[in-house]
Amino acid sequence: MREAEEIAQGSPVGACRLGRGFLELRIEEAVPDLDRPLVLMCGGGTRSLFAAEDLERMGYHRLYSVVGGFARWKAEGLPFDVPPRIDPNQRERYSRHLAIPEVGEAGQIRLLNSKVLLIGAGGLGSPAAFYLAAAGVGTLGLVDHDVVDRSNLQRQILHTDARVGSSKVASARHTLEALNPSVEVRTIEARLASENVEEILGGYDVVVDGSDNFPTRYLVNDACVKLGLPCAHGAVYRFEGQATVFWPGYPKQRGPCYRCIYPEPPPAELAPSCAEAGVLGVLPGVIGLIQAVETIKLLLDLGEPLIGRLLCYDALRGRFTELELARNPQCAYCGEHAIFPGYIDYEQFCSRAG
Amino acid sequence: MSRVTVRIPTPLRPHTGGADEVGLEGTTVGEVLQRLGAAHDGLLARVLTAEGEPRQFVNIYLGSRNVRGLEGMATRVSDGDVISIVPAVAGGAHKSQRTSARRA
Ligand SMILES: [Zn+2]
Repeated sequence: MREAEEIAQGSPVGACRLGRGFLELRIEEAVPDLDRPLVLMCGGGTRSLFAAEDLERMGYHRLYSVVGGFARWKAEGLPFDVPPRIDPNQRERYSRHLAIPEVGEAGQIRLLNSKVLLIGAGGLGSPAAFYLAAAGVGTLGLVDHDVVDRSNLQRQILHTDARVGSSKVASARHTLEALNPSVEVRTIEARLASENVEEILGGYDVVVDGSDNFPTRYLVNDACVKLGLPCAHGAVYRFEGQATVFWPGYPKQRGPCYRCIYPEPPPAELAPSCAEAGVLGVLPGVIGLIQAVETIKLLLDLGEPLIGRLLCYDALRGRFTELELARNPQCAYCGEHAIFPGYIDYEQFCSRAG
Repeated sequence: MSRVTVRIPTPLRPHTGGADEVGLEGTTVGEVLQRLGAAHDGLLARVLTAEGEPRQFVNIYLGSRNVRGLEGMATRVSDGDVISIVPAVAGGAHKSQRTSARRA
């Protein structure tokens, strides 16, 4: 007769864990025989007494309520067990996670209860979301305002040829739900702007930044700093990629934010031009998955996050190098005595590449 | 005078004829970069300000350390050192944008 949270703490061995909320709906299926004796138990003995009255009206007549409830049962050292908190289906699906002591059942449950927001369902967001869904991250939010273009399919593996022209977040949801139906995919078909960035990012545990433009990168950074969220950052260009984790609020090691490293985006005349764009299709797979690995590490508090380190991958040389990213104590956003200066909507002049 | 390697990021390679690394001599990071600029037209303006300091969206590394945390452009170099020019990269998908600011 207890709530789900109480039941999770344990029940007498062999008990039907029905709970009070759905008792009347579920009792007939659990105990079809009205003549069977029923022992009702709650936390302390009161709710079970009221439940007995309800069951009596339904036709059950051999009813017993346990005085002192589960609290007394446990105090008297009577046998109880904790219900399996992942179901057999999940146990099979995540068996290779359960086999790793660092993840195990507790870690898997943590992943199942986690919420990750992916900025962009494109080159970086596709592999990251794909593997995070496979790993059993319970809620995946996807922010993208674009539609699938045939030129995306060279690297954006969530999408398909048949979905060219449809919304990217809808296409992504299709693929992710097919892989793991238990993942809750939240689609946010919007362009991030100062007006909506906090509302969209709020409530998530980790943000994965796979955006393709400076205006979004700075908005995401500034909102993550303000909300105290870790940001798994990745960027790719032709044959080169970079990944790091920005999280000034990390309790174990205070790292920099994006603005500590690059206080302002490049002005128009010094940014790489649109004509120079292009990326090896496989490269965002490498970088997006480093972001996904870092995300899992953050969610499970495992190992050493890529905080304060920029991991650079040069695909042509086949070389990874690591650069130190230092905090800037004078940073306008995350510095010692910084007062949040507000969001900035940098405007982009480059028209969409075809 | 030390012999060092300067790593050129992809966006600046049009200035070095496509080369991803350039070997140079110098005693400080600043001196090496000035020589790099003298040898490759138009490159330095995208890396350093008129005063010879790294631009806000560019970082200069000596090995794995940002020279801002060392002695800046005056940081001395040794034989075999690697200097990396690391500009901000926007890309996650397929395009780079030009930007201007509008404060909210
Ligand atoms: Zn900062």
